[in-house]
Amino acid sequence: MVLSELDRELIAEIQGGLPLVARPYAAIANRLGMTEETLMARLRELQSDGLIKRMGVVVKHRALGYQANAMVVWDIPDEDVERVGALLAAETCVTLCYQRPRRLPQWPYNLFCMIHGRERNAVLRRLAQIVEFHGLQQLPHSVLFSGRSFKQRGAHYVAREDSLPRSAHG
Amino acid sequence: MDSVDCNIVNQLQEGLPVCARPFDDVAAQLDIPVDELLARLQRLLDDKLLSRFGPMYNAESMGGALSLCAMQVPPDRFDAVAAQVNAFAEVAHNYERDHLLNMWFVIATEHPAQAVAVISDIEQQTGCRVYDMPKQEEFFIGLKLAV
Repeated sequence: MVLSELDRELIAEIQGGLPLVARPYAAIANRLGMTEETLMARLRELQSDGLIKRMGVVVKHRALGYQANAMVVWDIPDEDVERVGALLAAETCVTLCYQRPRRLPQWPYNLFCMIHGRERNAVLRRLAQIVEFHGLQQLPHSVLFSGRSFKQRGAHYVAREDSLPRSAHG
Repeated sequence: MDSVDCNIVNQLQEGLPVCARPFDDVAAQLDIPVDELLARLQRLLDDKLLSRFGPMYNAESMGGALSLCAMQVPPDRFDAVAAQVNAFAEVAHNYERDHLLNMWFVIATEHPAQAVAVISDIEQQTGCRVYDMPKQEEFFIGLKLAV
């Protein structure tokens, strides 16, 4: 799918967040000089094409009391990653689950999932239950709790104003 | 946060519909007036309990690149290196983690080539090797965090 200049303007306009008004899409459309209907139709297309996953909230886990943030990483035979990834992703405490490349010899793990909990022991107990329940005892894994968080912002994918015209395919 | 705030966050993690008055639907489901919903959302953002309310993009579908990167930073230089890394606009977030690879950050760029350049700049400035681990597959997450 090819993004038009208007798409890029639209994405730049809403990437910082939706206006908190009764008709947010009308407010954005007004700023972009288009109708609310046209804008909503395009947003629905961007969603059905998968460019936008959904409109929603980004929760600050720590501020909400989820102090323990564990990245649990697994070294899984490549042919078994699909199966185990799907099992882990279905667990309610798992908020992200990705396959990533190993970086040998320093990093042997190829499946990453995030588990959030109110404190570390609760996360470790939950993980132990998951390992037991799914019979994952033979798969090497490691738990990396987070310490300090230095920077947390939504990723910005489209630069604003000055770089819009030249950056379409550059 | 009271129970109404919790319900709002849980409900909105499911996503906001694309329709003319989307907050009306959510307010009706929560059985509160829409003005109260908007005021509470604004307060949750002001209090930084929510970092953002808006679209969740799929960077790769947009032609962009998103990569998780890790570095092994000598503990005595950790703060200085964190400052160097965080100074890059392309670095979206950065966590200290308890492992030999002790600094983990996400690089988000509009084009994959920019990510390569940023990684090279970070390596040059910090003297630490960057291990980048872009996602190969994302497994579908059903339920969200209940607060």
